[in-house]
Amino acid sequence: MSRYKEFLFPVIVFALAALILPLVLSAYYMHIAILVLVWAYLATSWNILGGYAGQHSLGHGLYMGVGAYASTYLAITYGLSPWIGLIIGAILAAGLGWFVGFATFRYGLKGAYFALVTIALTEAAVYVVSNWKAMGGAAGLEVTYLGNKPWMMQFDGKLGYFLIILVMTLAAVLITQWLNGRRFGYRLVAVRENEEAAEAMGVNTLGTKINATVLSAAMTAVGGSFFAQYFTYVGPRTVFGETVSVQILLFAIIGGLGTVWGPLVGAIILVPTAEFARAELGTTFQGAHLLLYGAVLVLTMLFMPNGIVGLARDVRRKLARGPGDEPSAPLAEGGGP
Amino acid sequence: MTFSLPVILQALASGLMIGGVFALISVGLTLIWGVMKIINFAHGEFLMIGLYLAYFLVAKAGMDPYLTVLITTPALFLVGIAIFQATIRPILTHPPMNQIMLTLGVSLILQNLALVLFKADVLSIRTEYTGINYTVGGVVVSLTELIAFLGSIVATAALYYILKTTDMGRWIRASAQNPTAATLMGIDVRFTYLLAFGIGSACLGVAASLLMPFYYTSPTVGLFLGLIAFVVVVLGGMGNFLGVFIAGLIIGLTESLGAAIMPGSLSRVFTFGIFVLFLLFKPQGILSRRQT
Repeated sequence: MSRYKEFLFPVIVFALAALILPLVLSAYYMHIAILVLVWAYLATSWNILGGYAGQHSLGHGLYMGVGAYASTYLAITYGLSPWIGLIIGAILAAGLGWFVGFATFRYGLKGAYFALVTIALTEAAVYVVSNWKAMGGAAGLEVTYLGNKPWMMQFDGKLGYFLIILVMTLAAVLITQWLNGRRFGYRLVAVRENEEAAEAMGVNTLGTKINATVLSAAMTAVGGSFFAQYFTYVGPRTVFGETVSVQILLFAIIGGLGTVWGPLVGAIILVPTAEFARAELGTTFQGAHLLLYGAVLVLTMLFMPNGIVGLARDVRRKLARGPGDEPSAPLAEGGGP
Repeated sequence: MTFSLPVILQALASGLMIGGVFALISVGLTLIWGVMKIINFAHGEFLMIGLYLAYFLVAKAGMDPYLTVLITTPALFLVGIAIFQATIRPILTHPPMNQIMLTLGVSLILQNLALVLFKADVLSIRTEYTGINYTVGGVVVSLTELIAFLGSIVATAALYYILKTTDMGRWIRASAQNPTAATLMGIDVRFTYLLAFGIGSACLGVAASLLMPFYYTSPTVGLFLGLIAFVVVVLGGMGNFLGVFIAGLIIGLTESLGAAIMPGSLSRVFTFGIFVLFLLFKPQGILSRRQT
């Protein structure tokens, strides 16, 4: 039982701290808080496949886009509530995730080749929706604002959106934490660390990777639906494509790959910085925030490949061991080419 | 959308021409990929640098568009080795995914640096070569495309010759085949990687000067051309020069034919579809039977 207490405690602390924000923040800062949570949620969803199962998808924009377009299209055309739309989007993305997972892992694609297929698929999706009249073509779809209608996931002000994305992020963190102590979670890590050994130990590696893709895809799609409702607009390149896919995984990589809190920590540190950069420089220097993301990504890979949370963990372990007692873990450093 | 024979023939001709340039771009990528097993996701952005350089040399300095090759090629060589030294050399032994993330970061930096410096405008040039066309049996071939095609063949052949006959070429091939054995034979493998990275990037300088007279440049131009290079390299087989050259022509033809018979940009879906199918079913490439 103590295991649950141990992980519920930080979640409750985070939730309480987050709930104070609406009381003290202005609308602009609430907007930034929502952005932080959106990217934290998406990166946490990606982290299940990319961090835990070790399959670096560079095409999660595919699932985000499916979620965003599904709920938006259904809301515009049939007046369907985005609450139902996001479930339909998640189911579609799960099906697509199953298909992509099956096709790629069945043929043994790994590492760079898997990454390339996922990029190609999300880029192909950009051109599919750009040429699809019902989906608004290259212009995209606009969500019509109907006033303060919680049932249509539309609110006056930021509070409603903030609470929804906060609950989503907490749920994603809890799902990840829950995986940590479950067989499925252990299987994911086994696949990541040594696939042959996992297979030899009787782990169904193909099934594990496909399930991870399905779960990750469905969660990402829900994030896409929220994204569309909050920004009231979806376009081919805002939710599909390489750039948005890289943004999704960025926070997980920088925060700490395969850790529960890494994606959230990454988003909390980076998103506000980038948004202030955009607010200060955005008019004269378009793209300043992506420039910052790129620079931080390069520096992370050069100097702390385990991310912020990973670095903190390593430092803590080192301190616990005491000085002079170097860890024996094989660090990927030095050596010949 | 027409299916008439002249339209198809015209599409085939233009596809072949641009395919030659695709091949040259991809040869640079496959050299780097084949030698140090690093996938450079910033490859397209290196090409973008070359295109901007060619643009400014022609539009602002008034240079002849084809003479710019004397500047773009060494410039891209230097860009390549500078980025290699600063970012790739320290992580040569790191896990492949870290290398991919790093080059993705470099591509984000370059793409958005271009956006900051040059804005999102699409830039193109008009040269004294523009508008000169040859008509052969109803098919129109523009001089700029023809020069790009022939230039790409010459550049690729020259690179092939260098790799096959010079000492530097032997170092590069030895380092690609077996870095440990190459080190034992007295080859400085890291220096060879540096050279190979520089040469792979320099190919993009040549390609940029050949492309600019009939193409365009923008901060995101590298996104599509970089992906095309990946498509071509996978189709041709990693490190397989001849395969990559043929694959470049095939993808050029596919793109051009697709654009002629499919509405809008839907042909891109077709190109990426071929890519995915190849990765799934024949990741060794079209010429995998006779490995070089």
